[in-house]
Amino acid sequence: MTAPAVKTKTPPAAASADDAPLYEARRQIYPQSVRGRLRTIKWIVLAVTLGIYYFLPFVRWNRGPGAPDQAVLIDFPARRFYFFFIEIWPQEFYYVAGLLILAALILFLMNAVAGRVWCGYLCPQTVWTDLFMAVERLIEGDRRQRMVEDAGPWTLDKFAHKLMKHSVWLLIAWWTGGAWVLYFADAPTLVHELATFQAPTVAYVAIFTLTFTTYSLAGHMREQVCTYMCPWPRIQAALTDEYALNVTYRYDRGEPRGSVKKAAAARAEGKPAGDCIDCHQCVNVCPTGVDIRQGLQLACIQCGLCIDACNNIMDKVDRPRGLIAYESEANLEARVAGKPPVRRIVRPRTILYTALIVFAGGLMLFTLANRANEGLNAIHDRNPLFVKLSDGSLRNAYTLRLINKDLAERGFILTATGVPGATLSVVGTEGGPEGEVVTVGPDQTREVRVLLTTKDRLAPGTSLPVTFQIRDQKSGATATAVDHFIGP
Amino acid sequence: MSTAHDSHDGAVDTATGVSTTGHEWDGIRELNNPLPRWWLWVFYATIVWAFGYWVLYPAWPLISSHTTGLLGWNSRSAVAMQLQDLQALRAETSMRLTNASLEEIEKTPDLLSLARAEGRVAFADNCAPCHGAGGGGAKGFPNLNDDDWLWGGTLADIQQTITHGIRSGDDEGHQGNMTPFGGVLSKADISAAADYVLSLSGAGPADTPSAKKGAAVFAANCAVCHGADGKGKQELGSKNLTDGIWLYGGDKATIMQTITNGRGGVMPAWAGRLSPTTIKALTVYVHTLGGGQ
Ligand code: SF4
Ligand code: SF4
Repeated sequence: MTAPAVKTKTPPAAASADDAPLYEARRQIYPQSVRGRLRTIKWIVLAVTLGIYYFLPFVRWNRGPGAPDQAVLIDFPARRFYFFFIEIWPQEFYYVAGLLILAALILFLMNAVAGRVWCGYLCPQTVWTDLFMAVERLIEGDRRQRMVEDAGPWTLDKFAHKLMKHSVWLLIAWWTGGAWVLYFADAPTLVHELATFQAPTVAYVAIFTLTFTTYSLAGHMREQVCTYMCPWPRIQAALTDEYALNVTYRYDRGEPRGSVKKAAAARAEGKPAGDCIDCHQCVNVCPTGVDIRQGLQLACIQCGLCIDACNNIMDKVDRPRGLIAYESEANLEARVAGKPPVRRIVRPRTILYTALIVFAGGLMLFTLANRANEGLNAIHDRNPLFVKLSDGSLRNAYTLRLINKDLAERGFILTATGVPGATLSVVGTEGGPEGEVVTVGPDQTREVRVLLTTKDRLAPGTSLPVTFQIRDQKSGATATAVDHFIGP
Repeated sequence: MSTAHDSHDGAVDTATGVSTTGHEWDGIRELNNPLPRWWLWVFYATIVWAFGYWVLYPAWPLISSHTTGLLGWNSRSAVAMQLQDLQALRAETSMRLTNASLEEIEKTPDLLSLARAEGRVAFADNCAPCHGAGGGGAKGFPNLNDDDWLWGGTLADIQQTITHGIRSGDDEGHQGNMTPFGGVLSKADISAAADYVLSLSGAGPADTPSAKKGAAVFAANCAVCHGADGKGKQELGSKNLTDGIWLYGGDKATIMQTITNGRGGVMPAWAGRLSPTTIKALTVYVHTLGGGQ
């Protein structure tokens, strides 16, 4: 704790605080292409996630007449959220809260098992940046070509390359914004409206905004988003521990570095020689410009591309793979100390996160599977609490809200129990032979005013519990609400 | 400008070769790294934005007013415009209420909920101060939830009462007072009449000498308006004295006060102040409070 990392000495001219530049221009990074297992995984993740994002709004889901047939739809005007067979009402927003909790827990678990897998593989910033880089590589060539062209003078070729690159980027960015708004309205209709300039202004504004953010974040800002803007690197550092797998340079194996020849010579003499040949491939492929050999650092998004790069080198120089690999700090230390390897994926925190995920997910599934398709709420009139009628009988009034989540109209028989000698009437309907029947339209709620009157004399200061019940005329499904009947 | 650097201790971090700012927390010193360029640009852009904002929008306080800005925008006119838009939007749905009859509205579920929603708001704005938030009434202000209606509780009656009021000065409004009998009857007669009235509603004995005397006083003075049976007459707005529901109170002292001084509460006429459609919605709302009679 004591030894400070900073030692006072005469500062070199360049490091003087008074001479420090006000701003730092971004170091342009030219990540090199790489092949390997992790790169393949990243391509697959990219294709799947972007595929879902761009095409999901066009997936149809038949919910019957009158209901939207889009599989995933956030219907703001009607205040409904549709997700395949699930339909969320505003008062069920806790499902969305539950999803967020679940997402956070899964993020914690991922982190405990293998560090920032989210950052390296799934984060939208990473995925779109990867896509934009692929476009860049396709048009301007790989690392070396891009560096040469950028350093050289403006030629027709260079201009054509840049124009082409930015056009394709903008096209992707525009499509990204376009896909976003499709989640909020019927996709085919909206596409048509957009094309004929009849869509609501907010749609164009959203598309423009997302085009701009995608283009600037994935095209221009890239690793700066991760290093300067994103809070997650800071948070995740507090969530990780020595057993989490992280992209790690095994310095015990790599050092001292040197060329293949030097290493061979050293080994022949029985002197220590590391496997790292200092070829800088791991640095060249890194999308954030990090040298992983300096250890775990904030800017490293743990994408594993340096692992692929180094493995390719190791294959070439005939050394075992895995000089850079997913490795835990504990295991690295154990190996350095000559102890048996440590592999602990199952440990208190991963057990806890898994248990919480199973619990939260299970709870949500359970409530979702068992939720009723009808509901009833009751509110008692407060002014007046009761009225006396001219014939001496006593009346309480309530506002009942009937909820019908079925996609068909339903008739509910309304009854009230708990008050002796009470008759129930619904304002605006005429009671049938079965009693008061209230119809509620498909996927709707209906509010009715209900009067409960009794001729029986009640004791002074009475407050009787009363149970309202609605029963579906056809299915017999019921829902109840409890309130009070109040007397003088 | 140099103050920030005065605290600079000239130290250089050995690991990075970057000088430190001199700020230290728990032995950790802050590196004097420059900011990313884009970050500074955004910062400068916000400053430029602020100047633009000051010029275009109301921003700076002056002694008695403030700068108005070149765009002439202010929140008051913005609200007024939004209100206009809302009214235009409402007008469409209100048309359906305007065109339907009161009975139709009450029989059509969606019209009913529309009328009740509009009526509830109009009631809260205009009627609640006297009749209470839920129409529960107060002393001198009728409870609109019961079935006792001085001037009639049908839809048409309620509409008439809301439109023209009671003793409101409107020619078509309900007239008629409870006459003060203070100078006409003796105190003893008034007391006897009060006893009789109490017995009518079942709140007092009918066979006491006072109540019997009161019956005669009642027949001579009160039956004209309240009817021989005391059940009241709707066309006069006279109260039913037999039902145990009282507007000003049902104890003997209050009844005597009523007979002595008379009563004549005023309900304002709402025609001209509220649109006919709003009055319609209010009528339906009030009618559905207790059903009327
Ligand atoms: S790629 Fe591997 S061998 Fe090459 S510098 Fe990096 S760690 Fe060393
Ligand atoms: S150091 Fe390796 S894992 Fe980290 S960001 Fe760079 S390439 Fe990805």
